[in-house]
Amino acid sequence: MNELVFVGLGLHDEKGISLKGLEETKTANEVFIELYTSLMLDFSVEKLEKLVEKKIRVVSRRELEEENGEAVLESAEKGKTVLLVPGDPLVATTHVALRLEAKKRGIKTRIVHGASIMSAAVGLSGLHNYKFGKSVTLPFQENFSETPYTVIAKNKEIGLHTLCLLDIDADKKRYMSIQEALTMLLKIEEKRRMGIISGETLAVGIARAGSLNPTVKADFVNKLLGYDFGEPPYSLIFPGELHFIEAEALIAFADAPPIVRRLVK
Amino acid sequence: MPKFKQTTEILKLMNRKENIRNIGIIAHIDHGKTTMTDSLLAESGLLSPRIAGEARALDYLEEEQKRGITIKTANISLLHEVDGRAYVINLIDTPGHVDFTGKVTRALRALDGAVVVVDAVEEIMVQTETVTRQALEERVQPVLFINKVDRLIKELKLNQNEIQNKLIRIINDFNNLIELYGEPEFKNKWKVDPNKETVAFGSALHRWGFTLKIANEKGVKFSDVIEAYNRREQQKLADIIPLHNAILDMVVKNVPNPVEAQAYRLPKIWKGDLNTEIGKAMLNCDDDGPTVMCITMAQIDPHAGLVTTGRLFSGSVKEGDHIYLVSARKDHQIQQVSIYMGAFREAASQVTAGNIAALLGIETARAGETLVDFAHKDFMVPFERIKYVSEPVVTVALEPRHPKDLPRLVYALNMLCIEDPNLKATVNKETGEYLLSGMGELHLEIAVKFLKNYADGLEITASKPIVVYRESVDKKGKIFMAKSPNKHNAFWVQVEPLDEKVINLMEKGEIAEETERKQMEKILLEKAGYSVEEAENVLAIDEHKNMLINSAKSTQYLYESMESIINGFRWACRAGPLCEEPMRGVKVKLTDVKLHENPTYRGSAQIMPTVRRAVFGSFLTAKPSLLEPVYKINVSVPTRFVGECSNIITKKRGKILTSEHKGVLTLITGYIPVAETFSLTAEMRSATSGHAFWQCTFHKWERIPENLAAEIVRQIRERKGLSLDNLTFGSFVNEA
Repeated sequence: MNELVFVGLGLHDEKGISLKGLEETKTANEVFIELYTSLMLDFSVEKLEKLVEKKIRVVSRRELEEENGEAVLESAEKGKTVLLVPGDPLVATTHVALRLEAKKRGIKTRIVHGASIMSAAVGLSGLHNYKFGKSVTLPFQENFSETPYTVIAKNKEIGLHTLCLLDIDADKKRYMSIQEALTMLLKIEEKRRMGIISGETLAVGIARAGSLNPTVKADFVNKLLGYDFGEPPYSLIFPGELHFIEAEALIAFADAPPIVRRLVK
Repeated sequence: MPKFKQTTEILKLMNRKENIRNIGIIAHIDHGKTTMTDSLLAESGLLSPRIAGEARALDYLEEEQKRGITIKTANISLLHEVDGRAYVINLIDTPGHVDFTGKVTRALRALDGAVVVVDAVEEIMVQTETVTRQALEERVQPVLFINKVDRLIKELKLNQNEIQNKLIRIINDFNNLIELYGEPEFKNKWKVDPNKETVAFGSALHRWGFTLKIANEKGVKFSDVIEAYNRREQQKLADIIPLHNAILDMVVKNVPNPVEAQAYRLPKIWKGDLNTEIGKAMLNCDDDGPTVMCITMAQIDPHAGLVTTGRLFSGSVKEGDHIYLVSARKDHQIQQVSIYMGAFREAASQVTAGNIAALLGIETARAGETLVDFAHKDFMVPFERIKYVSEPVVTVALEPRHPKDLPRLVYALNMLCIEDPNLKATVNKETGEYLLSGMGELHLEIAVKFLKNYADGLEITASKPIVVYRESVDKKGKIFMAKSPNKHNAFWVQVEPLDEKVINLMEKGEIAEETERKQMEKILLEKAGYSVEEAENVLAIDEHKNMLINSAKSTQYLYESMESIINGFRWACRAGPLCEEPMRGVKVKLTDVKLHENPTYRGSAQIMPTVRRAVFGSFLTAKPSLLEPVYKINVSVPTRFVGECSNIITKKRGKILTSEHKGVLTLITGYIPVAETFSLTAEMRSATSGHAFWQCTFHKWERIPENLAAEIVRQIRERKGLSLDNLTFGSFVNEA
């Protein structure tokens, strides 16, 4: 059976994969994994190989992007092939280009979902999922962009929350800290002056979503700049208008100062 | 303590502007410029008179002495008395070989007058014309010295009448050059005339010379000179009518002092507003004005570091001054100020406006820079970009004998390129080759020798010289799209030939990357007939004469990604798709872009290679062509060898343009591809028994016929280790 199955690995470690995903992987002819789009702190290919009782081949960004995933597609043309992807395979990381190419070559594709940072961060924060606007990634300084600021501004304008993912370079084990992200946004504020973010802006920082001991902390930017979030990866939420249940959840689960109740509209 | 008695005197005089003259000596190669300079130097007390004429003190580099030609510009200050008044003559020695013409142009900016030396036997030659033209363009007033008159007597055995006729012909020819290239308001005033002491005759080798006035005063007649040679008593001539008197008298009396000169030269050589504080100070050559120095040379001294030489147009320089470099946008503290005495620098406490000074401590200075008082950094318009007449068209690959010497090679290459902006060093990261490009075979041969000055005992092997090519297009290409590696961004690009007019504007430096965009828009509208839409959307100009224009309709996120887009364009220009030679004369239009909204999906790694691929794709549908550098060649050869010489040139894909008799010699001018010149020396020598003398200057880039081009592309690809498969645009672009 020639097909390509995208299997989500979920978050943090090898145990994030679903039973369905495990089954698909065990029955595949060939198994590939990409690890350049995400940082999974307690994950290792060896541990997963033991679990699925199979050799797993790591594909680089170059192979998937510049070579258009040729290795994966060739294998899928011959038999059942699994591509393991951190998180949910077509959410934060969009492998849709590969799926389109597979379709063009007559390869059947399926998706086995996994937990994604997009829902995990939202859930941990206690904020309502349906009140989130566009999400955005804050890039490292070398790819500096003002887009994140614009996105937060537009979401706020209509009262929506913004989820910001912070850039990582998995190959170099480099990641952006919450402090760096906030500093960068404050700098853009200095230039754009739309009053979107200041020391008194409420934000929620999240570290190690999907692990057994995530850190979730809601506070004003000034305070967050000095807060120790522990190990990566990180994400950041800028709440828009708060529902009273959201405020209570922030206080209860994200250690927000009680004063956030006053922000409820 | 100064080494020479004169130094203190010179320093004192440097403050009296009316007693200063800034001059240079320019000439065709071998017309005796360096020999003459040494005669002058002898009088400054720096060199014993006995060995002047033999020692060539200015040729202080061993390499120059071995070859007998002058390569580096050296500077010296001399003292001379006329009518009981002492004058300081700042003399800049300029190189005579054509390969180094860039240095002549640079030195000219610092001068107010030039002594043009012409060989009485060979008369006005190509290089005489080139350097005189360059001098006139910088409003440098010429005076004429007709050298080697002794050869007319001893070798050609001409009689007095014949000699006089020949001298008159040289003067007339020279004035024709002034007529041809001079500006209307100066050319009549600047034409030379023996009766006005603007022409001198003599022999630099035997160190005698005279103007008509000197001859009258000393009662020397032409027949006396001939007589002296017949009696082998030419030594006496040097005592009665010493050369330096004739030359320096002529200079002091005719060349304007810096105050006079700056008043009319400044509007030509500086584009800023003359009514500003800085403008006025420079017009007046004001010691108390803001410090402004035009840097003409930056040279590494192994002991002192970078030595920066230039002409002070206003203000003064002294140790500890805080100054600013306008182009480099860097500030420095002057560590030491000095003046030149031959090969030596003499420390000075202060040097004032109108003089030539050498500074230490200005580490980022380069020839062509404008140096200004730090307090005035925001008000200074730099001197116009110094124009170079030539392009580096020949390359050698260098390799250290011992791999461990690689860092030293890189260091030495950097140093060398600082000193000589006509050299260019590049590293091919993929092949690990270190490449040095220059204007000709000889230029590079000498440069490679100089490398060792910076790294003691460095052993280098240099490849055979390789010609540098350019890749271009002949017609409009198709619009092509390329998607970024992650497939989330797309660029549509169309390539077409850049109009000759625009290339010319770039070559003249009228438009460049630094040009303010409003200004560029205006020039493109007025001088190139561009539409407003194109003229106002120039994103980048590449040094190899390519242009990137934005005509994309959707501009979302375009601004944020602009730097990466421009870098991708430059990358493509640096190494084209045919054989990774630079592109030239290519107009790249960005017709549309689609950028992903998430910034991490459109980083430079996604954008740069994609823009490059799109350019390549369209390029290959635009009838690509290969351009080769072509020299203009001037041969001077005894008339009996004309046939052989012409044959050699035409056999080498060259063209003969003119062939003109001048006495016993014939001057051939023509064009020859640079690629064909590497074996020229040997062939010319054997065909003419070494009687031909020639020189080559870069003329232009010329399309190579298609049948020939394919083979050259293949050879280059092979040399660079590139794939030899047929190239198709499909390998670069995506389907929509």
